[in-house]
Order: sequence, then C-alpha cells, then structure tokens
Amino acid sequence: MTGITIARAAGLSDSERIRMFRRMLLCRMFEDRVYYLFLQGRMPGTIHQAQGQEATAVGVCSALQPADMITSTHRPHEHAVARGVPVNSLMAELFAKVDGCCHGKGGSMHVGDAAYGMLPAIAIVGGGIPLAAGYALAFKYRKTGNIVGCFFGDGATNIGSFHEAVNISAIWNLPVVFACENNKYGASTAIEKVTRVPRLSERAAAYGIPGRTVDGNDVEAVYAAMLEAGERARGGAGPTLLELETYRFAGHSRSDPGHYRSKDEVAYWKARDPLTRYESFLTEEGVLSSAEIADMKASVEKELDAAVAFAEASPSPRPEDCLNDVYAA
Amino acid sequence: MSMPLSAAPENKTERRLTMVEALREALREEMRRDDRVILLGEDIGVPGGFGGAFTVTLGLEQEFGHERVLDTPISEAAIAGVAAGAALGGLIPVADVQYGDFLFLAMDQLANQAAKMRYMSGGKLSVPMVFRAPVGATTRGAQHGQSLEAFLMHVPGLKVACPSNPYDGKGLLKSAIRDPNPVIFFEHKLLYGSKGARKEAGGIELVVHVPEEEYLIPLGQAKVVRPGSQVTIVANLLMVHRSLQAAKALEADGIDAEVIDVRTLVPLDEETIFASVRKTGRLIIVEEDNLTGGWGAEVAARVADACIGSLEGPIRRVAAPDTPVPFAPVMENYYIPSVEKILAAVNDVL
Repeated sequence: MTGITIARAAGLSDSERIRMFRRMLLCRMFEDRVYYLFLQGRMPGTIHQAQGQEATAVGVCSALQPADMITSTHRPHEHAVARGVPVNSLMAELFAKVDGCCHGKGGSMHVGDAAYGMLPAIAIVGGGIPLAAGYALAFKYRKTGNIVGCFFGDGATNIGSFHEAVNISAIWNLPVVFACENNKYGASTAIEKVTRVPRLSERAAAYGIPGRTVDGNDVEAVYAAMLEAGERARGGAGPTLLELETYRFAGHSRSDPGHYRSKDEVAYWKARDPLTRYESFLTEEGVLSSAEIADMKASVEKELDAAVAFAEASPSPRPEDCLNDVYAA
Repeated sequence: MSMPLSAAPENKTERRLTMVEALREALREEMRRDDRVILLGEDIGVPGGFGGAFTVTLGLEQEFGHERVLDTPISEAAIAGVAAGAALGGLIPVADVQYGDFLFLAMDQLANQAAKMRYMSGGKLSVPMVFRAPVGATTRGAQHGQSLEAFLMHVPGLKVACPSNPYDGKGLLKSAIRDPNPVIFFEHKLLYGSKGARKEAGGIELVVHVPEEEYLIPLGQAKVVRPGSQVTIVANLLMVHRSLQAAKALEADGIDAEVIDVRTLVPLDEETIFASVRKTGRLIIVEEDNLTGGWGAEVAARVADACIGSLEGPIRRVAAPDTPVPFAPVMENYYIPSVEKILAAVNDVL
C-alpha cells in the first residue's frame, strides 16, 4: 500500500503544497527538538513522539476548516503542530510553564487548545473517540457545517469505546471522520497479533459506514481522502473510517528503544519517510528548489529557537495553582 | 409518608407531585428555557415505550422531538462520552443510565474525560452536563441495586446530587442542568413514585407540594429536615426517610434528634453539618452504600477533624454491610439500613 511516490491530490495549489510541506517540516523538527531537550533533562515527564507520522497529521488537518475540531491521543505533538496550535504554547506546556497551552496542567499527553480547533489530547487509548462523536453531535445539532477529525491509533480499534462511539456516530450520521493512524504497534505489540482483521478499514463494514485504507505516508493521499470523507460528513451522510498506514520512527515512549522491530522493517519505512518523499516530489515538480527548502528549514529552526526561548522565559506555575481549575464557576 | 420535606407548607389545594413527575417537569422546563439542553439515554423516547427505565422522560419526545430526546444503543461509555463531547461542543446534555450499576461501564468517560477536561485544559474548557443514575436496593440483586455515591464523590471535577423528595429533586435537577460542571444526579428507585406497570414494589408513598412557579435549590446546601437538640442524623436519598421515622420513634422515648438531608455530596455543606454537631454533640450517618469507604466515612472524618471538641460520643455509621446487594428479600431487608438499626446506633451513643 505504501509507495514512494506521491499521489497528487486534485485542486492543490503550489502555495498550499508549500504550506503543507512546511507544516510537516515543523512537525518533524519540533519532535526532533523536543527529543534533544528531553534528553538534556530540560523538560519533566514522559514523551510519546510521532516522527514518521507527519503525513497523517498534516494531511488530515489540512483538509479541515478553522472552526472544525480534532481529538488526539497520547502521541499528540504533531497533531497539535499540524492543527496550528502555536508552537510557543506547545513548547511552554512541555516545559511545564504557565504560558503553556494548558497552563502547565496538561503536559505532553494532553496538549491542545480548543481555540485552535484541538481539544486537549486524550491519553486513554480510545477515550477520545466518544468525545469526538459528542462534539460532532453538537456540530450537527447546531447546524454549523463543521466536522470533527478524530485521531486514534491501531491499538484503539480493540477497545470498547471505539465500537460504541463509531456505532453511535454511524446511526446518527454524525459529522466526524475517524482517522486511524495505523503505525503497526500498540506500544510493543504488533497489530496483527491482536486482531484477525488484515485491514482495519474493513471494520467500517461492522457499522455500515465507508472504510478506506490510505497510504498514510503520502500527505496528499491523506489530504484527498480526508477532504472527501469530510465533505461526506459535512453533507450529513455520516462518518467514514480512514485507516492511514504509517510508522513511527521513534519507540513508543522515552524509555523504548524499539527492539521488537526488525532493522529491515525500520529500513523499509525509513525509505518511505513521508517528509523526504514529499520533499523529493516538490523539488521534482519544481514547486520548491533545494535552496528554498534549505531556507525553509532555517526558518523553522528559528521558529523553534524562539519557542524554546519563550518556554524558558515563561514562569513556572505557583505550586498552589494546582488547586485551581477543578470546577467552573 | 407525610413528612414536611418540602420548604413550602403543606396545603391540600396546591399541586403535589411524585419524584418522577417533578424530575420530568424540571427537564421539560429547562428544555423549554434553553434549546441547548438535550437528553440522551436508553429507551428514553421510544414512541409507545416507557420513557426510560422509570418513566422520567415519558412523553418528552412528543414535545421536543428526536433531535433533542436521543435514544441510544446500549452503549454506556458512548452515552457518557458523547454527553461530555456534546457539552464541550456547546450543548447541555442530560444523559442517563437505567441503573446506577451501569456507571462502571461509563467510568472512563466520566472520571477521566468529563471530570478532567476543565483541569487538563488549564481552565479553558467546561463540561456542562448531567448524568442521571437510579440507585438503591429493590430486590433486583447485586447488579441492579447498588448505591454508588462514594465512587463518584471521589472524583475531583464531578459534582454529586442525591435528592430525597420531589421538591428537592426538581430544584436540584434544574440547578444541575444550569451548572457548568458535570453533575452526577442520583435518584432512588423507591422514591420515584412511578405508576402503572413501572410502579416500584416497596416504593414509599411520596407526593409533596411542588410549586408551579420556578425555584432552584443550589448545589451544596444541606437541609435540616427535622430540628432537634440531642443527636444529629445525617442521611441521603431513601435513608432520609428512614432517619425521619427513627427520629419520630425517638421522640416517643423523649430523645430529640435532628435530621439533616445532605442533598448534595459534592459540594458537601459542611457548615450545616458542623453547626448541628456542635449543637447536639452526637453524630449518626445513615447511608445505603457499603460501609467501607462510603460517603459517611468522609463526613465522619471531617466532623472528627472540625468538631472533635463538641463530640460527646463516638460517631456511628449505619450503612450496608460490605457485601454485594443480596437478592432474597429477607437478606435484602437485613442489608439495607433499617429504622431499628438507626435507633440502635442512636441509643448506643447517647
């Protein structure tokens, strides 16, 4: 399924392609920067990184409108960057600072900002899927024409909340698109060990909704599939299950070197790196020159330098701030 | 039962409602007042159906339609999660489970999602929803009769209401719907007053004055339902009625008991309880929940902490034993705190 070329999406202008590429670059370089900062001990907690999954994050989010909403998972950094949550506030949140998008009450696994169309990420596997359905119900009831893009991983397709929420979304024709990032592993467990269904998109048949398996390392293929599913949802025809085949280059979390994966397997997927694939495509198409890409990388570095400086300058919350924000007044 | 439980005086010419009627009226009024209010649950709006397990929503779909009265699949996690998501999306869902025991199926969505969204967002989001759940042992055995207040009370971010009578039920439910937080709303099956085929065997006759004009009962205000001077009895739901019966029996023995209906467990009205204990010097807590880790333990601990100098005897909890709810009526009667057990506890500490 996963190739090495790009399936050109219809109707994308060069400037839109460039914007998508830059966003992918920002996702990757954000994750790489966070990795080094984390190794240096400059941020607390744990991190679940998404290097290698830029095409799913950016492909899905590029097909959304500003007032749409996404839900995310314990691996949310790239979703947040792709959705346009300011990197300053994301970095500050990872640094546990007051100017973080959750004011230091969320952390890596809960980044998000509804003002930018992303609920705080849900770190219980599958836990965000019912919330996505509910948010979609509100959109439908309020007749806004908006949709929810609901991210979850392959592992989530085995938990009850997936079944309940996809089914209820199907029977009510809710405007939600289920974007399953199949990165082949739930932590260290390979997906084929925990389901007999070879293609997770086939599970859609159980709910009477369309299901499609998409090359999740081809940003334009993801974009086109999300746009189509999104239009269907906006038009009142209900949800779609998209299986986006991808791969995470990093381990499950900070403590995981990924020994359960073969070198060949990793090499296979590295050869299909969504970022370099798109970069090659854009240069071959004459959309971007090598010099322009180098400039772009330099500008992303500067943006991340600024984000780190912002995060470091931001004050820590007061210890007793932990007592606030439990209840709304 | 003709205990003066309502704030309004008894008056035969005024209208009197059962709990079911009062709750239904609260839903209807709030749905008329605010079109963001929607209902979600199993069997709640099926034409020709029964309006939820205990008829609370009967007929509401006729007025508000199926856009606002949503019959769900048997999917408790989805019911709770969809309610929370819809609340985040600008609606005010009132969801329910048919039996409180099913809350366990919805606990991730309630305890991890609905309760924490405000906190995890750093105070940017709120989750205005109500989740109704019938509790109480009613010869349905171990999986349709538990009392679950303590489980939910333990979750920061949730509020917990537990009315003992129709007047409070209506006023509290309206407040819960207007509250910007997730509120778990416990209803006792023996207090519903459901009629016809849905009538609850063993249910107590409880029809009280509920005024036509609007009123709200704030979350976090306990009520002294019987003033007294010698011992304080704190209870909720059905146990308020058993405590009042006990107080009446005590009166015959010349013992003057004060009975407090907590009405909500989160927020807990400590001041009303503390003031009473400082006056009486003695405290009995009556709950239908299992003894260990029940809400009574929390009340006891807080009173011990704040009122130790006023206590003239040990704090006693009258609760269900630490067993599942039994089926056989003779065992169930033994299990549920009785008037006799309340009297024994009072006599023990006096």
